[in-house]
Amino acid sequence: MKNKFFLFSSIFIFVIIFSIFYKSLHKTNIYTPSVKLDKKIPEYSTEVLNTDKIISYSEIFDTENFYFLNIWSSWCVPCRDEHYLLMELHKDKNIKLVGLNYKDNIDNAQKFLKELGNPFNIIIVDIDGVQAIEWGAVGVPESFLIHKKKVIKKYIGPLDKNLLIQIKSLIK
Amino acid sequence: MLSSSIGYYALILGLISSLFLIYFCILNFRDHKYLNTKILSFTFFQFLFVITSFISLIVSFALSDFSNETVFNNSHTTKPIFYKIAGVWGNHEGSLLLWLLVLTLFTLIFLLKTKEQPLKYRILTILFQQIIIIGFFIFIIKTSSPFNYIFPTPKEGLGLNPILQDPILAIHPPILYLGYVGSSIIFSSALAATVLSFINNNWAFHIKKWVLASWIFLTLGILLGSVWAYYELGWGGFWFWDPVENVSLMPWLALTTLLHCILVLQKRSILTSWVIILSISTFTLSMCGTFLVRSGILNSVHTFANDPERGIFILIFLFSLIILSIIIFFFFHKRNESENESFFWLSKETAILMNNWFMMYFLSVVLIGTVYPIFLDVITSEKISVGPPFYHKLIIPFLVPFLIFMAIGPKLRWIKSNFDNKLNLIFVLFFSILISFLIVKNFDVNFLINLTIISGALYLFFITIRDFFIKKNKNNSQKIAHFGFSLLILSIMFNNIFSSEIITNLKVGEILETSNTKITFNEVNQKNEKNYKSIIGSFTIETKNEKTEKFKPELRIYNQPITITSEADIKTTLVSDKFMTINVVQNQDYFNVRYQVKPFMIWIWLSVILISVGGLVSFFKKEYEK
Amino acid sequence: MKFFKLLISFVLIFNLNNTYANDNDLNHKIIKNLRCLVCQGQSVYDSDSDFAISLKIVVANKINEGLTEKQIYSYLKKKYGEWILYDPELNKNTYLLWLLPVLLFLIGGVIIFKRFKIKNK
Repeated sequence: MKNKFFLFSSIFIFVIIFSIFYKSLHKTNIYTPSVKLDKKIPEYSTEVLNTDKIISYSEIFDTENFYFLNIWSSWCVPCRDEHYLLMELHKDKNIKLVGLNYKDNIDNAQKFLKELGNPFNIIIVDIDGVQAIEWGAVGVPESFLIHKKKVIKKYIGPLDKNLLIQIKSLIK
Repeated sequence: MLSSSIGYYALILGLISSLFLIYFCILNFRDHKYLNTKILSFTFFQFLFVITSFISLIVSFALSDFSNETVFNNSHTTKPIFYKIAGVWGNHEGSLLLWLLVLTLFTLIFLLKTKEQPLKYRILTILFQQIIIIGFFIFIIKTSSPFNYIFPTPKEGLGLNPILQDPILAIHPPILYLGYVGSSIIFSSALAATVLSFINNNWAFHIKKWVLASWIFLTLGILLGSVWAYYELGWGGFWFWDPVENVSLMPWLALTTLLHCILVLQKRSILTSWVIILSISTFTLSMCGTFLVRSGILNSVHTFANDPERGIFILIFLFSLIILSIIIFFFFHKRNESENESFFWLSKETAILMNNWFMMYFLSVVLIGTVYPIFLDVITSEKISVGPPFYHKLIIPFLVPFLIFMAIGPKLRWIKSNFDNKLNLIFVLFFSILISFLIVKNFDVNFLINLTIISGALYLFFITIRDFFIKKNKNNSQKIAHFGFSLLILSIMFNNIFSSEIITNLKVGEILETSNTKITFNEVNQKNEKNYKSIIGSFTIETKNEKTEKFKPELRIYNQPITITSEADIKTTLVSDKFMTINVVQNQDYFNVRYQVKPFMIWIWLSVILISVGGLVSFFKKEYEK
Repeated sequence: MKFFKLLISFVLIFNLNNTYANDNDLNHKIIKNLRCLVCQGQSVYDSDSDFAISLKIVVANKINEGLTEKQIYSYLKKKYGEWILYDPELNKNTYLLWLLPVLLFLIGGVIIFKRFKIKNK
């Protein structure tokens, strides 16, 4: 009697373990931080590209407008690929683009913009990657859709056409 | 082309011989006088088929035959021949074939080495072993065949991950697999012995050799992996509590427990259920490790390709084996009446039980820490990480009594014992605490923790040294292994406390001076090798009381696949390792330089070797006390 | 006695080396406890990815600003989730993680001690 109890309970436990392992097989093992929406933009002050001006984030994102913050760098290959989409988004009057130049060499960054065009209304400089962390970013490229000083959407990795359509419909 | 076909059909033939073997085993089991010679010959043939298959894979790799998918994915023509061959088991498919090879080899050895054991027991063990072998055959042929064709044949392969191109990592998997697979024999034989009610001192005596052999291989395998991580991953650490490392540690803990527990069985014919459970769990944990690593559900630095289909297969296979063993255990195992006897509190049995108790605790910490994030993610979708601080917090406090039991336990006698020279034992304890106090007091590190652990380790250290002189070689293997363990803990502790490092960014020509070290970055050289380009930094380091030393850490940019690895320059002496690495920083003209002084590094390796030497001595010892 | 002298001299050597001790222990302790999001098997301390390098700077800055260890953890947890910490906090998600091993230890102890006897018959 006692034996049977142990037999069934141990089989039962192993069946549970089995099903948990089975389920976990279909989950990705790569962690991406979940996006908490309606998160306030960080408080930070930063340098603007090509000027000596120091400006705070609350000044940059001051109006009720939509803002699109894009973290980019001239050495980052996917940034090059998504750049034409940013140029297209720039044409939209409802949104202002903010570029966060990540760990870049100023000359290279300027060459990059000369070659591919400058979609940004303002470019802020993040020389050591500290600001990217303030935003909760992991790498380049990464983009944030901001409205009323809150992050309403986050895009990890390069944009594509579908995402662009999504963004455009969001800001209408 | 040809070798791939040979390899593939050899595998099929190997699988067919398994079926024949099962048939003959059942036949022979019914009518039992002599071993059917066909069993022996088919076991031999099976081994022959698998080794043929393995050799043909080696040939495909050596000739860079890119019509073979595995070769294409993991090799490249510019790779040195040594790594072409080591690449055979540097990937998922090839390493499984190696596993299978060892499995069939061990089955053959088992059959040859157990002539004096009961016939039924031998046959049944082979039968269980064949179940495992069939599982692996099907797994390889169905989901991970190393002999898939690609058409049209590519001109060039994708190359082997450069961090795997390393002599130590070439021998690390084979050694580790010898350990894992050895535990499969223990598993099968324990099941067979349970069915036949053969779990007694004779069985214990005979299976002990297998336990020891797998334990030695597993110990050395883990050591090699750790040494590799130390100098190849370039972080100066040697154990990261990474899931893949934990997965190899778990069977080791179970095996170590079994190793001690089997002594009680051999001596007193008790604890049979416990021995069976341990034998089963050792192999189950090895398989569980394989599952966790190969299915890719763990997030680790040592990754294999992620393929859920493979995961499902191993998972089903693993749990069938578990359910099978549970059923066998509950239906066949009957405890002897005499087993209900209790133990006298001061005896060797008690000490060994103490060992088992603590070992099982350590095992549960490692097991729970490793799989908990997976369970939590499935049940609540919350993602957490379990890392070194968790393991340290839960293991370290328990290490101190463990060390003390380890010192005293071997001095006790079977059945009933009392302490000889109690005073001596207490004196050594105080002495150890004193020494430990003198060492620790000068450091503003966690005083109490370090003090107690170092005291514990020193206690074991002194007691075992004393035993070498006093008790004339009664059980040398135990003394060596325990001494090695005390040395291991001491080296790890000292390594931890006295390590120092300097992390800085330097350009060529720059000098960094700290209170007692001066680092000069002299120059950077480039060199082109066959399959990589290397950037070698040249540094001089002057310390106050030592002479100037030159360091040449290296960055390698491999061409296939394009990867940058950092090769540390390590200067090893008996007292300490000096360890230097450089790294490029994105878009900057300086290098990130890391210089570490790691005292007693080599003693960590030596003490693990010493521990396995302990096992080796026991393995070759002629048993006088059967 | 020789052995004893050797030991004492060893101890003395260690005392001399004391100057090696690090000034930035807190910094190391924190970055060893952070998991890198780029090379996900490594700690930030061990990693040389861009993310890890930046995070090291951030941690150093925060320490200079006078934040405590706990404040830095909660700051990073807000940004990257609990996953970034290697040392999971005790909360409703992790009760089992922390307590189950200890519970098993106690159960094991009970099983073993039930079979002991103090006197030999």
